Amino acid sequence: MRKPLYALLVVPGVALLVVFLFYPLVAILSPTFYDTNGLSISRYLAFFGDPYYMKILARTLRIAAIATLVCAVLGLPTAYFISRQRRGVKSFLMALSIFPLLTNSVVRAFAWIILLGRNGVLNDTLLKLGWIDRPLPLLYTEFSILIGTIYLFLPLMIITLIGSMDNIEEDITEAAESLGASRVAAFVKIVLPLSLPGILVGSVLVFTGTITAYTTPNLLGGNKNMLLATLIYQRAMSLSDWTGAGIIALVMILMTLVVVLVMQRLAGALDRR
Amino acid sequence: MAGRKHRLLMAVSILVFLFIAVPLVMIAITAFGEASTIRFPIQGFTLGWFTAVFASRSFMSSLLVSFVLAAAATLLALAVGVPATYALSRSSSHGKKLLSAFFLSPLFIPEIVVGYALFKFLVISMRLPIFAALVVGHFLVVLPYVIRVVGASLEQFDFSIEEVACSLGCNRPQAFAKVVLPNIGSGIIAAFMLSFINSFNNIPISMFLSGPGMSTLPKTLMSYIEYSYDPSVSAISVLLMAITVALMLIVEKTLGIASLAK
Repeated sequence: MRKPLYALLVVPGVALLVVFLFYPLVAILSPTFYDTNGLSISRYLAFFGDPYYMKILARTLRIAAIATLVCAVLGLPTAYFISRQRRGVKSFLMALSIFPLLTNSVVRAFAWIILLGRNGVLNDTLLKLGWIDRPLPLLYTEFSILIGTIYLFLPLMIITLIGSMDNIEEDITEAAESLGASRVAAFVKIVLPLSLPGILVGSVLVFTGTITAYTTPNLLGGNKNMLLATLIYQRAMSLSDWTGAGIIALVMILMTLVVVLVMQRLAGALDRR
Repeated sequence: MAGRKHRLLMAVSILVFLFIAVPLVMIAITAFGEASTIRFPIQGFTLGWFTAVFASRSFMSSLLVSFVLAAAATLLALAVGVPATYALSRSSSHGKKLLSAFFLSPLFIPEIVVGYALFKFLVISMRLPIFAALVVGHFLVVLPYVIRVVGASLEQFDFSIEEVACSLGCNRPQAFAKVVLPNIGSGIIAAFMLSFINSFNNIPISMFLSGPGMSTLPKTLMSYIEYSYDPSVSAISVLLMAITVALMLIVEKTLGIASLAK
């Protein structure tokens, strides 16, 4: 009586996922493996041979890599700082980091439109100070996407890192310092290696988040600076290019999976060490 | 870490927090400016943009859509996810790993891809109403949150209590309702909050699934920003941030804010 009961509890979820996630995915992906002559990967060869698409793919990867690096570099000291605070201060700073994560990404991108736009705060200030003669083209560039992306994911990196740093005993770093290690050395030799799993998880979240984020490149990138996510939307909604959108969909899924699998391998290697 | 010990660390952290906070504070300030486009610093002071937002039919109707949608998707995810997680926590280890990976699989499909797949399959091919497609899409996005958060609190639960209830005469469903559910209550509340806010904020799914008179608030806001640059956007942003603060306060009072960080 017990076994079938448990099976029964799982069935609705499995059915919903199969019908509404996996079947639709197969339905959009399978046409991409056919051309006029039947089964073939020619559409993928054409995609990867097209300089226009490759430029967008390269831009997506470039922004994701830089954003991940910057988030890690800024997130590490901040997370370490937070994890070493007294309880009250710590929960306040954690709340401050969680707040943007729960705030709509349209709002967070819009902030940078106000800051970087032609008549935005930054250009206004620089003009008034007489440092520039005419507004700098800051918005709708790769730079604005990058800033917006870092802004979007830095809190996520910080929160992830705090999780792994909470497990480091303060005694260890203090011992290292009292034995003559400089503070920087103690950080590099003790805190950094012990937070590697957190850095790994945080980096995967930021990297995969960036290659699939839609709001930020759409609002801050404009038509000239598309990323894969804005490209798939344009292919599908403006051009009704279903196979094109399907190809980009598979490329995005595979990139996400590869990054996650590499991370799991690395985490496994760390564990064994 | 008192005094000058970690001066550099503190300096970097302060800069990072300024970077995080200043843009949001600035949006909030621009919501009160009198000029018809966004200026900073603001001239004058008015609450007019807030009244404009409340008077706008498109903003208010999409706010309603977002609320009903988030509630529906979250409840569906709880109704499907809680029993599934319970079954997972009570089953043997090999089947369990595979199944929980299966339930978490939506995490590995980019949301924009899910949105496109549902648009193509449900809206174009099946001709399902947009709202039904939205509920399905948001359900897929929030299900992993339910599985994870409720799963974590079930791991803390001592199932021998349930066995005791059964041996004392409860049948299985009774034992579940009277013993298991109350013990994972905080996990369910946390899952509800996380799911609700993630559905409410979702863009990629909603971008693909919208139609006449049926658009979520973030999608309406996004389209509005493409054509106008007036402080009503800032006013909506302030309202959204206020909702976020309210939610965070509720969570802090009931479960502790750290429960959202998991």
